[in-house]
Amino acid sequence: MSVPLEHDYIGLSDASSLERSSESSNISSDNASNNVFNIKATELSLGLPGFAKNSEENAAKSGPAIKNYMSGAKRGFSDVNFSGSGKGINGVFEKNQTQQLVSSSYVKPVEEEKKGPVSENGSVPPSAKVQVVGWPPIRSFRKNTMATNLSKSGYVAEANLGSGGCLYVKVSMDGAPYLRKIDLKIYHNYAELSKALEKMFSCFTLGQCTSNGIKGREGLTESNLKDLLHGSECVLTYEDKDGDWMLVGDVPWEMFIDSCKRLRIMKGSEAIGLAPRSMDKCKKRN
Amino acid sequence: MVYSLPEEVLEHVFSFITSDKDRNVVSVVCKSWYEIERWCRRKVFIGNCYAVSPAIMIRRFPEVRSVELKGKPHFADFNLVPEGWGGYACSWIDEMSRSYPWLEEIRLKRMVITDESLELISTSFKNFRVLVLSSCEGFSTDGLSAIAANCRNLRELDLQESEVMDLSGHWLSHFPDTFTSLESLNMSCLGSEVSFSALERLVAMSPNLKTLRLNRAVPLGKLSTLLQQAPQLVELGTGAYSSGIRSDVYSALSKAFLGCKELKGLSGFWDVDPSYLPAFFSVCSRLTTLNLSYATIRSPDITKVINLCPNLQRLLVLDHIEDSGLNALALSCKNLQELRVFPSDMYVADANVTLTEQGLVSVTQGCPKLQSVLYFCHQMSNSALITIAKNRPNLTCFRLCIIEPRTPDYLTHEPLDIGFGAIVKHCKNLSRLSLSGLLTDRVFEYIGTHAKKLDMLSIAFAGDSDLGLHHVLSGCESLKKLEIRDCPFGDTALLANVAKLATMRSLWMSSCAVSIGACKILSRKMPMLNVEVIDENGTLNPKLDNCLVEKLYVYRTVAGPRSDMPGYIWTMDRDSANKI
Repeated sequence: MSVPLEHDYIGLSDASSLERSSESSNISSDNASNNVFNIKATELSLGLPGFAKNSEENAAKSGPAIKNYMSGAKRGFSDVNFSGSGKGINGVFEKNQTQQLVSSSYVKPVEEEKKGPVSENGSVPPSAKVQVVGWPPIRSFRKNTMATNLSKSGYVAEANLGSGGCLYVKVSMDGAPYLRKIDLKIYHNYAELSKALEKMFSCFTLGQCTSNGIKGREGLTESNLKDLLHGSECVLTYEDKDGDWMLVGDVPWEMFIDSCKRLRIMKGSEAIGLAPRSMDKCKKRN
Repeated sequence: MVYSLPEEVLEHVFSFITSDKDRNVVSVVCKSWYEIERWCRRKVFIGNCYAVSPAIMIRRFPEVRSVELKGKPHFADFNLVPEGWGGYACSWIDEMSRSYPWLEEIRLKRMVITDESLELISTSFKNFRVLVLSSCEGFSTDGLSAIAANCRNLRELDLQESEVMDLSGHWLSHFPDTFTSLESLNMSCLGSEVSFSALERLVAMSPNLKTLRLNRAVPLGKLSTLLQQAPQLVELGTGAYSSGIRSDVYSALSKAFLGCKELKGLSGFWDVDPSYLPAFFSVCSRLTTLNLSYATIRSPDITKVINLCPNLQRLLVLDHIEDSGLNALALSCKNLQELRVFPSDMYVADANVTLTEQGLVSVTQGCPKLQSVLYFCHQMSNSALITIAKNRPNLTCFRLCIIEPRTPDYLTHEPLDIGFGAIVKHCKNLSRLSLSGLLTDRVFEYIGTHAKKLDMLSIAFAGDSDLGLHHVLSGCESLKKLEIRDCPFGDTALLANVAKLATMRSLWMSSCAVSIGACKILSRKMPMLNVEVIDENGTLNPKLDNCLVEKLYVYRTVAGPRSDMPGYIWTMDRDSANKI
């Protein structure tokens, strides 16, 4: 690894997934080419799998796009044919198990490649604060407790306040079969939050309101709410510390994340009932 | 002539054998021992609730009094398992309510349990005594009310770190006036206030109360009242540990602690005001467990406490303890067995906190009985790890988390392979290991070669190729649980070690390089495994064999594929396997 690879949300870099794909596609090839791929595919070498060694095969079998979105797919992969190479596959893997997998072909690591992101004077530079899900491995209970601990004790330097802790809250959408969880600390304003929720639950419309250039701090204006009503009937609400269900967008962002315990995307008739009252509120405010 | 001991005698002998592993061994000696043993087994532990079904358990062990179940994979603790994954206690509770009328104890970990199930528990088991819900969710204080109201002989109610919907603090009032059997109550996870008068009443009528863990909302001023009612407490978890400047609160508290002659364990300590710490100094000399891991107090204060606790066996603390505090620990606490140091700031090294690898080295040097370590820090070196390994070959659990992924040895910039290699080489009884820092395949070669007693291994952001995974799967004879995230491990190693997976409880791999094709092959070759592919983002194309899976959870089972999987989990349909 001479260059730190960019990692997407799930930590895979595009380069490695492509190499991987062509190596795997070797496995499903039929008996005729078994001899060739036996040796190549079972070679275990240090370095990213498929790197350099299989580059000829990479060119020949260009991997198709890895991430194909499939909507409404049946949750089972029984409909895929196991071709006649099924037996061939079995044969291959039994062979593998007897082969010396600790083969002499594995290459000693080149020291420079292993250093990772280290700068010239030897210190590890602060890496970009990409919040990796589930890292460091600390339970939510502790994370949430520490987040409120730090702000209460008023003890931590201001610079830390933003980066410390995280706040996972559940997000439910009426009619969705399961809930999601998001970390509110990742977002800095309502626009970011709504964009993220929009991605997660595709019918959500608060994003349309705030993307009109209105800052989250000022809450929803009348024109935004009109859009909301005429768009789909989705309203984002949250449960606050007192257990009351509130409309998202009324209070400043910091106050919101301080009091938000969970989120709910309301749909349909309930939502329509909610919005007009808020519209009155906005009228009064404006 | 065949001679055998009468059944009753064997049963009596077996009654002295309590460990599950030993019981399992006894049961396979011969058919008659199997029969006798199964009728007198009173305690069942099921490490993966999907490995077996309630019906199978009930059929084999008809006279069980205590059941312990674990649900979600361990990485669920860190939000890696999506909502709705499973781990539902419902079917277990339903069937046990029908078949185990004399059930006394239920312990669940990482499971989802509803208020309805709690109510069913409270009304089905006349002799119910112990309910432990560790890291569970799905229930509210209404369910707790049912337990309180109906379980006449309840001894233990422990909600450790569960997510409880806090509907009302009045659930405590549901314990009837005749209720006197309570021995242990842990409600430290509850977010909102409980009715203090109900709590006081409960404590007053529980002469056998030994463990009481309050939640943060119980104010310090009330703690002394409770302690005066329960001077026999052995374990106490305080609520918030500050109260403004109140000398009356302080002196009442101090007096109350003086009266607690049996106190051995302290925890809680949210929002600590250091000026209140001396109130419990009188109990320090007897303390064996101290959990200050929520207390953001500084090293000098922590050190003062530690110096007063020579009998400490278990310490949980924040990195505020710093190297200086750990040095003091090494000098004062020669009976220390377990140390856990948590980070106060999850992401950035706090410039004011000087906790380095040196602190850990000191403790391993000074504490000869140290067996279990969980240590979060920002830097580590191979030489420190080697020293630790040589100092403490009796380590059984070593979990090191260097917060920044792939951090190399800060002195030499090398990977930490030889450091961890030394750990597995010297600590021959190591049963649990968590790796971090920059690691190549070489560390896995060391692990596969030396870690023969390793039961659980956690790997993150490590390794270079399948060779790493292969070393682990082929070398670690005792391995039961393997959890991996963000490593370049894939099909080759997995498919070369399929048989190994049937000897393990479970394998978790997320953000690795496993393809759906390999999962299909694994499924077909190993019908005794459930191979569950988690596709949260909906991007998986199962027809494309080389499509990578986001998350993979593989576990052995005799119960077949489970019926409660959410839509984002893919498994292979068994029927097509049979056709080939």
